[in-house]
Amino acid sequence: MTAAAVQVDDLHVSYSTSRSSTEVVCGVSFSIAPGEAYGLVGESGSGKSTIAMALTGYRVAGATVTAAGLTVAGLDVLSLSAPELRAFRARRIGVVYQEPARALNPTMAVGAQVAEVFRLRGDDRRIARRETIAALTRVGLPDPAALSSRYPHELSGGQQQRVVIAMALAVSPELLILDEPTTGLDARVETEVMALIDRLRAELGFATLLISHNLPLVAAHCQRIGVLERGVLVEHGAAADVLLNPEHAYSKKLVAALPDLAFTTPRRAESPVRGATPLVTVTGLAKSYGGKRALDDVSLTIGRNEILGIVGESGSGKSTFGRALAGLLRHEGQVEFTDSFERRRPARPLVQMVFQSPDASLNPRRTVRQVFSRSIELLGGTGTAESLAESTGLDPALLELLPHELSGGQKQRVAIARAFAGPVPLVVCDEPTSALDVSVQARILDLLQELQERTGVSYVFISHDLAVVRRLSDRIGVLHEGRLVDLAPAEDLFTGRVDPYTESLIASAVDLRARAAAGS
Amino acid sequence: MTATIPGSAAPAVDSLQADASEAAPGGSRFRSLLRRPSFIVSVLIVVWWVVAAIGWHLVGLQPYAKTGELLASPTWAHPFGTDNLGRDMFARVVAGAGPALLIGPFGALLATIIGGALGLVAGYYRGVVDTLMMRFFDVLLALPSLIFLVVLVGAFGIGPGALILIVGILFAPGIARIIRAATLVEMGKSYVTAAKLQGERDVRILFRELLPNVLPNLVIQATLSLAAAVFITASLSFLGLGSQPPSADWGLAINENRVYLQTAWWTVVFPAVGVASLVVAANLIADNIREVSR
Repeated sequence: MTAAAVQVDDLHVSYSTSRSSTEVVCGVSFSIAPGEAYGLVGESGSGKSTIAMALTGYRVAGATVTAAGLTVAGLDVLSLSAPELRAFRARRIGVVYQEPARALNPTMAVGAQVAEVFRLRGDDRRIARRETIAALTRVGLPDPAALSSRYPHELSGGQQQRVVIAMALAVSPELLILDEPTTGLDARVETEVMALIDRLRAELGFATLLISHNLPLVAAHCQRIGVLERGVLVEHGAAADVLLNPEHAYSKKLVAALPDLAFTTPRRAESPVRGATPLVTVTGLAKSYGGKRALDDVSLTIGRNEILGIVGESGSGKSTFGRALAGLLRHEGQVEFTDSFERRRPARPLVQMVFQSPDASLNPRRTVRQVFSRSIELLGGTGTAESLAESTGLDPALLELLPHELSGGQKQRVAIARAFAGPVPLVVCDEPTSALDVSVQARILDLLQELQERTGVSYVFISHDLAVVRRLSDRIGVLHEGRLVDLAPAEDLFTGRVDPYTESLIASAVDLRARAAAGS
Repeated sequence: MTATIPGSAAPAVDSLQADASEAAPGGSRFRSLLRRPSFIVSVLIVVWWVVAAIGWHLVGLQPYAKTGELLASPTWAHPFGTDNLGRDMFARVVAGAGPALLIGPFGALLATIIGGALGLVAGYYRGVVDTLMMRFFDVLLALPSLIFLVVLVGAFGIGPGALILIVGILFAPGIARIIRAATLVEMGKSYVTAAKLQGERDVRILFRELLPNVLPNLVIQATLSLAAAVFITASLSFLGLGSQPPSADWGLAINENRVYLQTAWWTVVFPAVGVASLVVAANLIADNIREVSR
């Protein structure tokens, strides 16, 4: 092996405030060969983005970086002077961030932003323009000449990320750092963007460092991966090995927590009574926002005890569907509950929701106990705050805390408990695990399943993640541009004849896992 | 990009581990206020004027009697000198805190209550109510405040009650707009949706769910309008539309003595320092609260 593209020895990064100092990266060592794809996996707070920043020589205020060796593209990053660092960043490395919309200047046409890179290299205007078109062509953007005069908000998320990649690769760097490059993008766009990066790496021969919380994604696109837990590199090795035979307890946990498309749900088959009697009948549900059809003539029934999964990409109308069911929107068409519920006295809410962001779904000024007591009162429940906490796996000691003192998983448990404070026949879960780490996600899904079995409520489970939906649902509905293109029992959707759109959704999800398992 | 900051997500899910890096409300915010020198000094200044306003006659100060030579310069006997009627300026400046702190705080309080309630209601219900209210406030805010004030004084008179009402009306629209904006931000969060879904009554959502979350904004606005109200009442007195002689009011004193500015500067400068210290202190308090509640 010739000189490595990246050589990191015993890297320590700590953040200090006036009173305390916390080490977030503790003695991490790894190397990346030229042209190699290396992946770092870890949950939030594991220090993965901090490592990426250390590689670029970027020091956040209050951060102390020490290492026995930190060499990128043959340069010792820690000893570079300010002008050298600037030249190093401009020529040797490229970085692609999580949110392309924020990485691009909203007031500048994208072409001008890419051209800036060439101008900084010293090219004149004409050459920069020509190179820009070439760079945009290389990342597979249609009609680059016209596109270069558009502004970031006029592009889709996938197109924006391609522009950012074009910028990062403009000066042929030796290392491309990808920090959660596809988080927030739809599964199909994610597949396309990652395929593009793989193709460009093969063509241009740069090394990549892919940082993500998404283990299958990293495993599918990297030759070797490292698993980070709280700043410590607990395991590293060939991608397929780590995914299939994890050795460290933490990696095992991560792998075990993965919702798997190959996961079969025998539990479902044993209970044919599920969903036999209808609870809600939806007919001709439609909603437009300023002339744009967000939801178009959706009709279905939701049975008692049933878990109905709803999948679709962003903008498919799945959240609108959930909100319409909950009665939060004015809409066309009917949502009718079975008579016995409509006539319930005293009138109690029929639908509760669990939302995506656990931070926003709890009032920051109210303690868990206040939230629970009020919910029990409003929903006509019989339990106490303690019994509610216990039934959702929360330590009763947490009852006196405010939301900011809880972890993400705990907050989501509180939000779920709130929905189960009284006898409510239907709970709409709108992406309840999307904002959580994988290991937390698995436990929240277990909780939702357990609560459903115990109380016999019906769920409408909305998610963009097919694997998650498949794990829970009896039936799955697929929404595409506001229309219900498929509605079938969960197993049939994966084996039977389906709409071409559904097929493409399944393909991009299966593809990732199959490739990860096969190794690359 | 997510900068990984220690503790920004507690890795152990169901442990009791608290998350120390997030902005902590309540107690620790108050403690961080106490570590700010400009906050402490400002509070001391305000407290000093409050004590002065209430307690000046208890310590034997005589702001209305001739106690020395006319226009005597500062000496040990009269640290701030005397005015054109031989009255002790120190006693008059201390006593002047009374009228300044009568109209200003109560007017600001009234404005905060009216503005806060209207802002919450407008932000919560949106629609026609919101539009009508905001357009009306836009009109009020477009009027030059001093001219508007003079008109209101003409309508309501210059008694303390009337002045408090006038200050309340003058500052309520601005507060309502800020609180409406803050309410709209909170309305976008799903805890409000969750409360609605649980069948919570509007009044409870407004006052139990929303109000505590816009409270820091409201406190800041109240303090800022306190400063502005003190300033406005001093201006009114200066124009002869507020306190009348022989009141020790600062604005009035500045107006009465401005002809002596060149010969007896102390008769103008000390009341002016009184107004300025109170206004600046109130503004600094508001700034400090804003910085820690971020």
